[in-house]
Amino acid sequence: MSKTPPDLRYTEEHEYVKETDDKSVVQVGITDYAQGELGDVVYVDLPKVGATFARMDAFGTIEAVKAVSELFSPLAGTVTEVNTALESDPALVNRDPYGEGWMIRLRIKSPKELDDLLGSEEYTKHIGE
Amino acid sequence: MPRGSSETKVTDPAPKRTPLYDIHVSLGAKMVPFGGYEMPVAYPRGIAAEHRAVRETAGVFDVSHMGEFEVTGPDRNAFVQRVTCNDVGALATGQAQYSAILTPQGTFVDDCLVYRFEDRVMMVVNAANIARDWKHVVDQKRGANVRLRDVSDETGLLAIQGPQAEQLLASLTPVGVGMIPYYHFTEGKVAGAQCFISRTGYTGEDGFELYCRARDLEQLWHALAGAGRAEPCGLGARDTLRLEAGYPLYGNDIDDTVTPFEAGLAWIVKLDKGADFTGLAALKRQKLEGVKRRLVGFKLTEPRVVARHGYGVYLDGTCVDAVRSGTVTPTANWAIGMTYLPVEHAKPGERFEIDVRGKRAPAEVVPLPFVPRKTRRIGG
Repeated sequence: MSKTPPDLRYTEEHEYVKETDDKSVVQVGITDYAQGELGDVVYVDLPKVGATFARMDAFGTIEAVKAVSELFSPLAGTVTEVNTALESDPALVNRDPYGEGWMIRLRIKSPKELDDLLGSEEYTKHIGE
Repeated sequence: MPRGSSETKVTDPAPKRTPLYDIHVSLGAKMVPFGGYEMPVAYPRGIAAEHRAVRETAGVFDVSHMGEFEVTGPDRNAFVQRVTCNDVGALATGQAQYSAILTPQGTFVDDCLVYRFEDRVMMVVNAANIARDWKHVVDQKRGANVRLRDVSDETGLLAIQGPQAEQLLASLTPVGVGMIPYYHFTEGKVAGAQCFISRTGYTGEDGFELYCRARDLEQLWHALAGAGRAEPCGLGARDTLRLEAGYPLYGNDIDDTVTPFEAGLAWIVKLDKGADFTGLAALKRQKLEGVKRRLVGFKLTEPRVVARHGYGVYLDGTCVDAVRSGTVTPTANWAIGMTYLPVEHAKPGERFEIDVRGKRAPAEVVPLPFVPRKTRRIGG
């Protein structure tokens, strides 16, 4: 069983959104289910701070031993921070997807969009667990 | 995330299962369709951990999806001599060889292992090709006095690979496995199961492949994979290990459009063995004319770029081939792969480009294997 913490929101493409102390900034990464499906992550290509994305724009690429996948921005916004620790240790995504394996922090354009994301129960259903 | 681009191959809507299917699932393996079978691609510890276990200690693989054909009858050696390109006549009883089944054009129907027993010959072929290989072999029977049996379903196969494989296996059998030279085999019991024990593998490490009856497979697996013994390894690690060792994979690096000469496997083609094997005339001609392309190993010269199966390979702006195999492998710890290049550009150090999802990434030819093989080099 993959972990799907109740306080997070999710996309059908397996990104998660986590609130931060700053109400207008969210943390984005991939879910525990997603890291398990991908297997050993070898490299994560992330955008630069200041990059702007519309909702569902590809913001990066994740490479695992057996697969490569695009990363999609769950919300419209501007990147305020990038997890540079993933450069030297991309396997953080496998070990701690919701913690040290986070990918970007995003200043969101429209908090309303948060309502369109999946809750943990809906996401758990989506992945069939 | 994944609008999925996993590289697993879906070849059959209703895949078969090996007798160990339930064990793999209970261990938490991720199962994928491969070669018409539902196989473990990785267990929960992951490809990298499994790969390292094989390089450093020992790993065990269920490779029962592989196909086995048994050839008996008085003409068995002459028949297999005609069906495969290596020299069966050079094999003593108890010896095995790497070989291939070829088309009349000299291209691969499949690569295979040929085992010579006292009273029979066994051919081991790739799972995805079993039906096609079988038809190809049967079609060549003509007047030969042989009996052919596809024993794939009744044969189980486990590979135990890594520097500690010999020690682990020795603890489970009265057979003196240390005395079995590379590419030789012997028959005996392992953990109570009758096997034939072959010092072969597909990882670049020392190790063994154990063929047993399908019904004994579970007992053998538990003996090898039990607590503190070998790490259960899936097809993902098998693929990264064989790529580092420079072993071609049918369907990627070799197929029915390339010949053994192009694939760097001239050593398995015995033009002068005195048998008119399928593909002989075409390969004689190719030897005379010389090959135009060769399978090469490459590495990406920039960090953080990965070339994968199917990506376009460019030389001076012209697409010359595709990446055949390619990923980041745990021991090389770098993006590596194999492709075909024109012979004049196939030397180590030659530069070319790979189209990585719309961007051209520089690559360089490197010698094969990527990681030195540690297989036993005696008697083979």
